[in-house]
Amino acid sequence: MRKPLVRPYPRDWFLRTHAYRLFMLRELTSVCLAGYLVFLLWWLYQLGKGDTESFQSMLSLAKHPVSIGLHTIALIAAAWHSITWFNLTPLVMPMRIGEDKVPNIVIAIATGFGPWLVVSGSTLWATLR
Amino acid sequence: MPQQTITLEVFRYRPDEEEQSTFQSYDVPYHEHWVVLDALNWIKDNVDGTLSYRWSCRMGVCGSCGMMLNGDPKLSCAVFLKDYFPRAIRVEPLANFPVERDLVINMDGFMEKLKTVKPWIIRDDVDPTDEEYLQTPSQLTAFKQFSMCINCMLCYSACPELDGDPEFIGPAALALAHRYNLDSRDQGTAERQDILGSEEGVWGCAFVGECTEVCPKNVDPAGAIQQAKVAATKAWYKHILMPWGKR
Repeated sequence: MRKPLVRPYPRDWFLRTHAYRLFMLRELTSVCLAGYLVFLLWWLYQLGKGDTESFQSMLSLAKHPVSIGLHTIALIAAAWHSITWFNLTPLVMPMRIGEDKVPNIVIAIATGFGPWLVVSGSTLWATLR
Repeated sequence: MPQQTITLEVFRYRPDEEEQSTFQSYDVPYHEHWVVLDALNWIKDNVDGTLSYRWSCRMGVCGSCGMMLNGDPKLSCAVFLKDYFPRAIRVEPLANFPVERDLVINMDGFMEKLKTVKPWIIRDDVDPTDEEYLQTPSQLTAFKQFSMCINCMLCYSACPELDGDPEFIGPAALALAHRYNLDSRDQGTAERQDILGSEEGVWGCAFVGECTEVCPKNVDPAGAIQQAKVAATKAWYKHILMPWGKR
């Protein structure tokens, strides 16, 4: 007699292995990024008002320790997301020269880490000069 | 010195006798060179002949003996008792599949999904048997890794997406579709595009990546699916920009 048994998938699957946990951590970083985007949009809205008072209140809010803390968390989350994503690039875009595989690290640097450093470095230079 | 033993807690489901599954413990002689499959065979030969499970080659080629060992999908012929000893080993049928009996899963759903991606060489030619299709070593290298799949289903058990969306075609079948799309002899990419580029196809994958981790043949289904996403995106843009062009 056939009576196939259907079993539920474990609810806590994302805690089971190291790889699952890292995956969830990467997914969760998007919450921090979304929060930062909301902040940025609000800041643009304030800036659009064009008066000194709004600008001063923006600055004082940005200097608040809570704001600095949240920004630090968002920065770490963004960096974590970017680094793990760049490391995955060779899986998504493998390259070959003839029969030889281009080493993963070369692809990750050429498509991710390299441009990232150039853009971040230029931004830093433009801000601090 | 008395014979050392190791405990196997084995998932039992006998549809003709019980509504629910149970676990049964067996003490098995411990030998360093025994794999988990050897222990199951010992139980079947010496203790309980009703225990049901699939196996065939004992050398990681046939893909029949996939099981959950302490919660991880593994080929039971490729994992040694010494990897767990002295702890007990919990042996369960592969996750994400209905269970027919004990450790035997029902693969009908997978077989149906596999058919939808047309995993064979498709040619426009009238008679494809007329001549041989030549292929250079580098053309072979382009897809060879994805052709090593033994349909062991470990990747389906490792994929949490299948729990939320049972219609998701899944890692092995999608990797195989990508394998044929990459084959220089194949002309069926457009035929596979609708199913591959659908929500049940590559877009059902959130890139958890565990399918690649558990694959005993280093097929890298997660990589194949992401590459197929890039290909599907390119095809979509091409279709939007050049609607008159061949798909």
